[in-house]
Formats: sequence, C-alpha cells, structure tokens
Amino acid sequence: MNLAFAGPIQDGRPKLPGSLHVNRRLDQWLAFLPEGAVRLTPGKVELGQGILTALAQIAAEELDVALSRIRVVAASTPGSPDEAVTSGSLSVQESGMAIRHACAEARAILLSVLAQRSGVSPHDIRVEDGAFLAPDGRTLGSYWSMADAGLLAAEASPDIEAKPATARRIAGTSAPRLDLPEKVFGSPRFIHDLRLPGMRHARVVRPASRGAVLLAVREGALPGDAVVHRDGSFLAVLAPREQEAEAAALRLAGRAEWQAAETLPPDGAVEAWLDAAPAEESLVAERVAETPPAAHRIARRFFRPFVTHASIGTSCAVALWQDGRMHLWTHSQGIYNLRADLAKAMRLPAETFLIQHVEGAGCYGHNGADDVALEAALVARAHPGIPVRLLWSRAEELGWGPASPAMLVAVQAEAAADGTLLRWSQRVTSNGHSGRPGRGKHPTLLAASQLADPFPVPNAINPPLAGGGGAQRNAVPGYRVPALDVRMAHLQVMPLRTSALRGLGALANVWAIESVMDELAAAAGADPLAHRLRHLDDARARDVLARAAAMAGWESRARREGFGLGLAVARYKGTGAWCAAVAEVEAAERVFCRRLWLAADVGEVVSPDGTLNQIEGGAIQATSLCLLEAVRHDARGVTSDSWEGYPILRFSEVPRVAAELLARPEAPPLGAGECSMGPVIGAIANAIADALGVRPTHWPFTPENLAKAMDTA
Amino acid sequence: MIGFTLNGAAVAAPIEAEAPLLAALRGPLGLSGTRFGCGAEQCGACLVLLDGQPRHACTLPVGEVAGRDVTTVEGIGTAAAPHPLQKALLDQQAGQCGFCLSGIQIRALALLRATPRPTEVEIRAALDPHLCRCGSHNRIIRAIQQAAAEMAP
Ligand code: FES
Ligand code: FES
Repeated sequence: MNLAFAGPIQDGRPKLPGSLHVNRRLDQWLAFLPEGAVRLTPGKVELGQGILTALAQIAAEELDVALSRIRVVAASTPGSPDEAVTSGSLSVQESGMAIRHACAEARAILLSVLAQRSGVSPHDIRVEDGAFLAPDGRTLGSYWSMADAGLLAAEASPDIEAKPATARRIAGTSAPRLDLPEKVFGSPRFIHDLRLPGMRHARVVRPASRGAVLLAVREGALPGDAVVHRDGSFLAVLAPREQEAEAAALRLAGRAEWQAAETLPPDGAVEAWLDAAPAEESLVAERVAETPPAAHRIARRFFRPFVTHASIGTSCAVALWQDGRMHLWTHSQGIYNLRADLAKAMRLPAETFLIQHVEGAGCYGHNGADDVALEAALVARAHPGIPVRLLWSRAEELGWGPASPAMLVAVQAEAAADGTLLRWSQRVTSNGHSGRPGRGKHPTLLAASQLADPFPVPNAINPPLAGGGGAQRNAVPGYRVPALDVRMAHLQVMPLRTSALRGLGALANVWAIESVMDELAAAAGADPLAHRLRHLDDARARDVLARAAAMAGWESRARREGFGLGLAVARYKGTGAWCAAVAEVEAAERVFCRRLWLAADVGEVVSPDGTLNQIEGGAIQATSLCLLEAVRHDARGVTSDSWEGYPILRFSEVPRVAAELLARPEAPPLGAGECSMGPVIGAIANAIADALGVRPTHWPFTPENLAKAMDTA
Repeated sequence: MIGFTLNGAAVAAPIEAEAPLLAALRGPLGLSGTRFGCGAEQCGACLVLLDGQPRHACTLPVGEVAGRDVTTVEGIGTAAAPHPLQKALLDQQAGQCGFCLSGIQIRALALLRATPRPTEVEIRAALDPHLCRCGSHNRIIRAIQQAAAEMAP
C-alpha cells in the first residue's frame, strides 16, 4: 500500500534506498536554514504512529545535529516527494532509508566543499551539532552558514555510505514524540482544529441506501441561511456555523426522496454469500510433492465478518476554490494518490490541486479521509473564495467509510503420526483489500459514483504478493511443509465498499494457520510450542516465539479453571517483522483477554519506545477486533453506525501487555505497526480453545459464535 | 450571549442557548482542544468539567452553563506549566494519535480529585466511558498512576 505496491522497481536507474529511488533530488527531502535548523520534507504522514519523530531521528543522526534542530514539515503537493501511501508498515523502509541516504550525502557534500575551501583533509573534519570542525577545533563552516549555497540541488548518488549501526547515537534511542505535547495540551494540531477566515461548514445528506438515486428534494427554508449543494445524488448543505449546517442537513434529509436499492446480503448470511458470490480464483503459492499417507487430517473453515476502522475522530477536510486552484487540507494517507482521483472525479487537471496534509485521528488504514476530501472539494467548487470545512458524523464514519472485507479461510492440512506436516492447502475468499485512490482508471472516492455524471465503483483489488498482498497476505504458512497449495478467490461483486484496514488479510490468515497448527499439535500429542519450533526453519521466527513463551512462563504454566493460554507466531507479509504472542483469556459470561506477552523482531529499531507503542497498540486493537467487532447491516446499508452498534474494547476489558524487542541493529528496518495483530488473534483463539475446548471459527469470538462452533464441532 | 467562567476567565459566547457547549468552545470561543467524536455521549472525547463535575460538551446546552464554571483541557496546564497528569502522559508517551486524550485528562482529573490514590481497577472503571482506538490504554493507566503518586500529599 505504498511504493512497494507492485513489488521491487526495476527501471534501469542506479538503485537508491527507499523512496529516494523515485524522488532522486536531495532538495526534495531536506534544506538547511540559516537560523540553524534543518527542514525535513518527507512524503509520509503522521497518523499517530510517530513516524515524523523517527524520521527526524534518522536525519539528526546522519547529519550530526541535535534532534531539536530538525523541523519536519507535513507533506503537501507539490512540496513533498511523492511517497504514495503511508501504510503497510513501510515508512521507515521507504522514507527513513531515503532520508538516511539523503542526509548522509548532504553531510558528505558540505564536508567536501569545506575541506576543499580550507585545505583540511575531509577525513580530519568532524561535525558537531551542525558545525564542521578542524582537528584544532577551528570552525570551518556549518550547515547554517552554507544554507544558501544551493549545494543540495542535485540528484542523490548510489555510492554514499550511511553511518554504521555501531556509530548511531540518536537513531536507536527512545526519543519522545515530537507531535505528542500539542495533543496532550489540546493545542490546535488536528485537521478538525483548522479555522480559515470566512470558513463555512458543510454536511452531507446520505442516501437512503447504498446506490440509492436521489429523485427529488422538496423546497423549503433551512436554518441559518444554509444553502443546498446537489450534484446528481450527492446532496450537501453549507452554512456559516457548524450547528446550523448540522440542523440543515437533518432538515434536508427529511425533504429528500430517494429510490433505494437492496444490494447487501442479509446480515446473518454473509458466510453463505462469500461461498456463492462470483469470484476470480488465482493461485497464490504451490509446491508439489509426493507425501506418505497421513495419520492426521484437519479441515477447518474460518469466517470473519466485515469490520471497520472506527477512528475516534471523524473524517474531515477543508477545501478552498480560488483563482482556478483547489486548495485542500486533508488527513489522507496518500496525498498524491488522492490528487490523482480528485482530478478524475472532478474532471480537472491534477495540477489544479494544492494539497496539504494535516493530522487527523488515527485511521489504521483507508477510512473516510479521502472520501471527505472530494466531498469538501465538490462543495467548495460551487462557492469560489469560501473555505469549506466538511466533517463526517459518527454515523457516516462507521457506516459510509470503506469496510475491511468479510473473509472465509478454508484450510486442509495433513500430518504424519508424530505431527510432522505433510500437506497444507488454504483457500481465501474475500473482496479486495485495497480500494485506495490513485491506482485505477476510475476514482474510488465515495461521491464519485453519486455525481450527475457518475463513475462506476471500481472493484477493490488485492495487490500482488510481492507488494504485500491483500486477502492473500500471510496466507502462505511460515512452517516447513512439503506440499503446498494456496489459492485466493477474489469476489467480483462488492455490496459494501471495501479497502485496507491495518494488517489486511493477515489477521484472518494467521488466525486460521495458527489454529490449525494447534489442532495438529494436539492430534499428535505435542506441545504447541515444541510443535511450532520444529516446523520453523527461520531462526528469527523461532527466536521471537521462544522469547514470548519464556516471557509468559509457557513451560511452567499451570491449568486454571476458566482460564486458557495460547500462542501464535508469524512473520508479517512473509517479508516483514516477526512477532510472537502468548495470550491468557478468561472465559466468564463472555471471553476476556487478560494478558498478552509479545516478542517482536523488526530489524533495526529507530525508536524502541515508539516501536513498542505501535506493537502494544496493534495488539489491543486486534484483541478488540476479534472479541467484539462486526459490521452489522441490512439489505440497504450499514446499521452498526454508532458506538453502541459497533462496540470496541474498553479500558476495563483491555489486557495487560508485556512487549519486548529482539535487538537487530545491523538488520534492515522492517516496520512495526501491523506485525502484532495476526499473532495476537491467533493466540487468543488458541487460548479460548485451551480454556473451553472449543475452536473459534467464527469472528468475533462471542458466546453466540462459540456456541455455533460447539454445535458444528 | 451566554456568560460563564471558562478556565478561570469570564467569557461571553455569542451563541443560542440550545447549541451544545462543544459548538461554543470550538466555534466562537476558539478553544479546539475539546474534541468531537460522536455527539451522543458514547465516546468521551468531548468531556469537560462543569463546576468540577465531568459532563459531555457534545450534548450539554450552552444555556445550562450560564454563570457556571467550565474547565477544558486548555485549562489543565500548558507546555510551559504542565499539570502533573500531562507531564506523566508525556513521560509515559501515553498516546498515539492523541485524539482521545483531552477527554481522558478531564476524567482523570475528576477521578484524582475524588480518589487521590486510585487502584488500577478503579482507574480502568473510571475510564470505561472513554474510547481509545489506538490501544494506548495501558500507558494512559500508568500515566494516571504516576500522576497520582506525584500529586498525593
Ligand atoms: S463527542 Fe461527546 S461523548 Fe462523544
Ligand atoms: S491515542 Fe488515538 S484514540 Fe487514543
């Protein structure tokens, strides 16, 4: 969901690290300021994951300046390099490695200029907090004194060496987050806080169903001088004050006449619908091998319903149409991708849009951020010179943002009498996991299909496995197995618009694989830990698993009535970070996860505390997803559009989390945002089976769904 | 015009009495630290103190606060003079996106006033009306424990 989307780039140019390869000029990434600061302009954006802080640390390290001198500028078009989408746990790889290289090169350029000027050998010059010093302590110059020399107006070159890992002093330490103080003190920082002079407030009136057509809107007065904006079936209001816009939208909703459509499968029949819907089947991985006759055979189906992002802040955008330019403030994860789809949807050249990223609430993937940007821009175009702020309601956020697909994962596995794996087949049925903008012929933005001159709704896609995959992410087990057959059925109909949610298909796939591994261990009378360890050829996978098990006291665990312990391990995407989890659940009137122990190997760690924060956060979110969450709907649309209808984990239900990182300072960084989620869900499922003797096969793991599993066991 | 005390200062909000306090704060009064999350008392993002008691600004009519005392996140402390709770939140790096933190601070403040040394169970129970999607819960709990230890006599 990023530059690696389509796999490694092969364009014949000398390979440069991360996004530097496609944004090769140094001055696209950084500038020195005469007042003694470095301006850093990454294309990745802050989502609450702490990326701006990590990037600042990397820059400070390579430049040899204090961290406080780095000013990270939020991404904008055309002001930032195009780094596509901030997603997939790839920001340190793509942006961080670009910045590391660009800063190392910037330092080298200034060093050589100053060496030449002063006659001091470059090897004898050291850099201290931005000053270049001769061996006798003389200052030869500084980044700041050379700020105007235009030395960075050049392409990066491939043969620059960044510092060795052992020399790092700033990258690798737990720097406090740069953005957190303003958020703690309630200072304006979120897009919701943006106030432009003369700004007006817009609200959307949503259709009576998915795909409903607006037949008529009755005339009538609206509160507070609100005006109506209508384009086909896209209906909105604009008013001077926020509460007036809200009241007007409510009033207008009562005056709109829709031709509704019934396009969704019944809520309780999603599993059957997944089986029956037209799908395009493809082979994900295959290994043909002759195997001896099996002693153990497990066949299981795992069903996950639609789930959603459930951001705490709702989607918001501000747009201003002025002098033929559309200025847009957005919390989109990919401003250039958004620009591409805005251009299509509004039938304007891409250069018309000047897009500025402003932080929103955590999004955890593709929520309504892009959709609301088009909606604000549509209203703004009709009101030149007036800044238009459009905010979604809670109901819109939960009901109209893209959902994460319902999935069916069917596994068949065979093992020898001692548990040794012989054959594994896995078939994943799902809608596409990416409906992100900027990638197809037609815009994926919600309002695009509602315009008077509408666009078709593009079917969400699954990126190829080399780019991380979508539904098939982590569908290939990391265990040694002679015969393998992994397939994906990509649904060709999309009754609910689907897109990326943190982890994509990995959550369901790891849950399925780790459940079946436990069942095979039990069938062979083996311990789940030992059974996994002997099927793992990957030493780093074994290490995280052994560490998590040790943290949890797995070997010395004692049975407790009503409690269960389970473990799971996965390497995210098969190419990313390793994470193992042990979960302790309590089966009371429903299932609670009480404790989690996590061990992760994310390669090089830029900020240990920031990384742990991500891993813990992912673990708690995964706990919420699998224990509680399902999008509810009727034939017309989503009905779970309030926090009552879509509950998430609360403070008293949150497990205690112990997390540790395995140190690999020399290894490439792998990203941490998503790796804990699949293993946590697998571990919770296995802990439930341990506590209750029931294998969770229906998500969420509620008493009703566990009872269903008991019936079919 | 509705007059009340906001973070210790007298203010007058040019807004109709039925409008929610949240609209007055974020609109004419220009304090955007109090967040909108749901508008239905279901997430806690908009929590403020009214005469020392936690109330949801998303549903509280401004008319009701006339002549009374309102505290928002901006009134708790500042970067220059942080409240022990805010210092603790930063020490523990207790937040990811941070959108939930304004309301949570207000709730924690009310808790610490009523129960200066809360147990972990009491903290969790007090924070139950607050949603955090980032999974920062355990760090927030540790921060409140740290603040309690620092503030207790
Ligand atoms: S915004 Fe008031 S409780 Fe959610
Ligand atoms: S830190 Fe993001 S919602 Fe709590």
